[in-house]
Amino acid sequence: MEIVLAIAIMALGAVVLGAALGFASIKFKVEGDPLVEKINSILPQTQCGQCGFPGCKPYSEAIAKGEVDINLCPPGGLEGVQRLADLLGREVKPLEQEERPKQIAIIDENTCIGCTLCIQACPVDAIVGAAKQMHTIITPLCTGCELCLPPCPVECIRMEAITENLDNWKWKFPVVEIKAAPMQKAA
Amino acid sequence: MLMNLFKFKGGVKPPTNKTQSLGLPIAQAPLPTRLVVPLHQSIGGMPRPVVKAGDKVLKGQLIGQADGWISAAVHAPTSGTVLEVALHVQPHPSGLDALCVVIEPDGRDQWIERTALDYQAMTPEQVREHLQQSGVVGLGGAVFPTHGKLTASKTVPMEEMVINGAECEPFITCDDLLMRERAEEVVRGIGIFRDLLQPKKVLIGIEDNKPEAAAAMRAAVSALNEKFDVVQVPTLYPAGGAKQLIRVLTGKEVPASKRSTDLGVQCFNVATAYTAWRAIAHGEPVVSRLVTVSGNVDAPRNYEVLIGTPMDELLKLANPHPDTDGIVMGGPMMGFLMPNNQVPVVKATNCLIAHSPRIFPPAPPEMPCIRCGSCAQACPHELQPFEMYWFSRAKNFGKTQEYHIFDCIECGCCSFVCPSRIPLVQYFRFAKSEIWAREREKNAADGAKERFEFKQLRDEREKAEKAEKLAKAAAAQAAKKAAEAAAATEATSTETASTSAVVEATPTVAVDAEKEAKKATILAAMERAKAQREAAQIKNTENLNAQQQRDIAEIEARREVIQPAAPTAVDENKA
Repeated sequence: MEIVLAIAIMALGAVVLGAALGFASIKFKVEGDPLVEKINSILPQTQCGQCGFPGCKPYSEAIAKGEVDINLCPPGGLEGVQRLADLLGREVKPLEQEERPKQIAIIDENTCIGCTLCIQACPVDAIVGAAKQMHTIITPLCTGCELCLPPCPVECIRMEAITENLDNWKWKFPVVEIKAAPMQKAA
Repeated sequence: MLMNLFKFKGGVKPPTNKTQSLGLPIAQAPLPTRLVVPLHQSIGGMPRPVVKAGDKVLKGQLIGQADGWISAAVHAPTSGTVLEVALHVQPHPSGLDALCVVIEPDGRDQWIERTALDYQAMTPEQVREHLQQSGVVGLGGAVFPTHGKLTASKTVPMEEMVINGAECEPFITCDDLLMRERAEEVVRGIGIFRDLLQPKKVLIGIEDNKPEAAAAMRAAVSALNEKFDVVQVPTLYPAGGAKQLIRVLTGKEVPASKRSTDLGVQCFNVATAYTAWRAIAHGEPVVSRLVTVSGNVDAPRNYEVLIGTPMDELLKLANPHPDTDGIVMGGPMMGFLMPNNQVPVVKATNCLIAHSPRIFPPAPPEMPCIRCGSCAQACPHELQPFEMYWFSRAKNFGKTQEYHIFDCIECGCCSFVCPSRIPLVQYFRFAKSEIWAREREKNAADGAKERFEFKQLRDEREKAEKAEKLAKAAAAQAAKKAAEAAAATEATSTETASTSAVVEATPTVAVDAEKEAKKATILAAMERAKAQREAAQIKNTENLNAQQQRDIAEIEARREVIQPAAPTAVDENKA
């Protein structure tokens, strides 16, 4: 009789706890993969596709699944790799491709024929214009992804590195110059 | 009047070196050979140039239009000709170029038409607008557009207005002499600010090492029947920092995350009040300022200098010693060495110090931090510079923010007392600008992400809409063809086609019908093109000479040879 009671108590406990867990899993369900969001927030959002994925989000999904390396994003730079490594507990690797200085696209408006191909190619809506009208880049919105270069039939888009100006100038890390002591000359 | 003063923690007492430049009254600096006026002289939007090379300008004429609310206009400092609007090196630690208007003076120094305004008859908005158009900015060194500070908080009543005449940096005496010589106009300017902000109290803080200035201000206040309190505050660097002076006079501490108006207090420099009065009562925009020239020179003195004067021309007036090897703008605590000696005087230039190894010996090598805590005791903001240094050096910027690096005013007290000679402020500046850069990048990335996601959404929506439209059109076509087919069968055949057979036949009929329709359209287009070709008449065939007629005949002959081939090609295609 006692053994039956014991089993009943355990069974009751299992049912209650199971119900609680089941309820919690529905009530506190996490939409989407939070890790993907975290990885995506580290990526630079240039949407350039240099990693081989169509945008930053697909690349972060692939990283979260562990399918690809974390060193495929040149615009993120080595610092981006470092932060991804910290987040995921993976090893820091040098970048697959060379890290380039930040750049933006410039349209030569005199050559532009207004074909709208670059507007369709721009992943971040940074080009304005209409069919048979001049197009131009909205400079602050350009991520420098170069996706507008190949579709242009008249090659009127060029990339220009962002130069240092008073708005983006940064104080440098203080460096202490080490100088050799002046030589003692014999009189 | 006796008043209960508060204290701020820390502070240092560097040698003041002020007496050298106090001996002589303010002198007017002569017209320089050319003026380089930077357009971006205040915090906020970069003013747009409104003149071009070759234009004749008058003194006080607008050359840079303010861009946005937080921005102030720029004016021609003297009459003359605009030589160019081009990039020139700025008096900035970066040594980078920015857009400047270069003016060659004509020597006449002729003003534009100046109109005195009665500000009491104007609305506060008009006064603020006028100050912005006159280029009035904070002349204490931060060059924040003054009109932007002249709006009281909507929720917090204005308690005190603090007027900053403390001038705590060593070497600098321009505010001191301004108060001694032009106290009345300073007090009238304070009156404008008072009327706009309506504070309960106006406190003019002057360090107690300037008794003459305080006496002159008191005399001016009583002569003008004002109720301003002239308060002498203890001489202690950095008592002239806005936040420190507010603390000393009112006991309020302004955190980095808040504006001082949120605490019911606002602070202005005495020189700002002076320029505001000149702008309102004399219609003179800010085209000059007082500059102390001191340091390694024979004759240190204060000069009224036109904005845009090359620094070397100004320094020459004070006879610099031959071992001078550079110019420091600002005081020895917060100033910095100019990238070259030709950079122009700007609205932020309160002092030029001729640099020499004798006055500023080269910094001894940096030693390791020994965690003595001297910097924490000296910090006027009660921060812990040694901790911030540690994290800045390690580039652990999150931690530096936890230690409130943005409350640091870069006064240099910590570097001044450090026994290991660590350039602490440089580390903090580095950390701050890195944090700002990252913030900018982060915002840009967030914006890019949002636009990318929106674009994807839009593309998908467009695709779906297109597919829906096509499906609808196809369905409509099919229905039409089916009806036609049904009608045809009914009319021609004697046998009554069963309805179900028609319905079954509909898909194939629809597809065929579609093909037929397409074919018909193509044929119609070809017909149209043919008609057009035929409609094209041969023109300019009258009045031809013999040569031309021969040419035409030749061409026609060639065409005869080619043309029979064309229809056959079409026929082959058809077959």
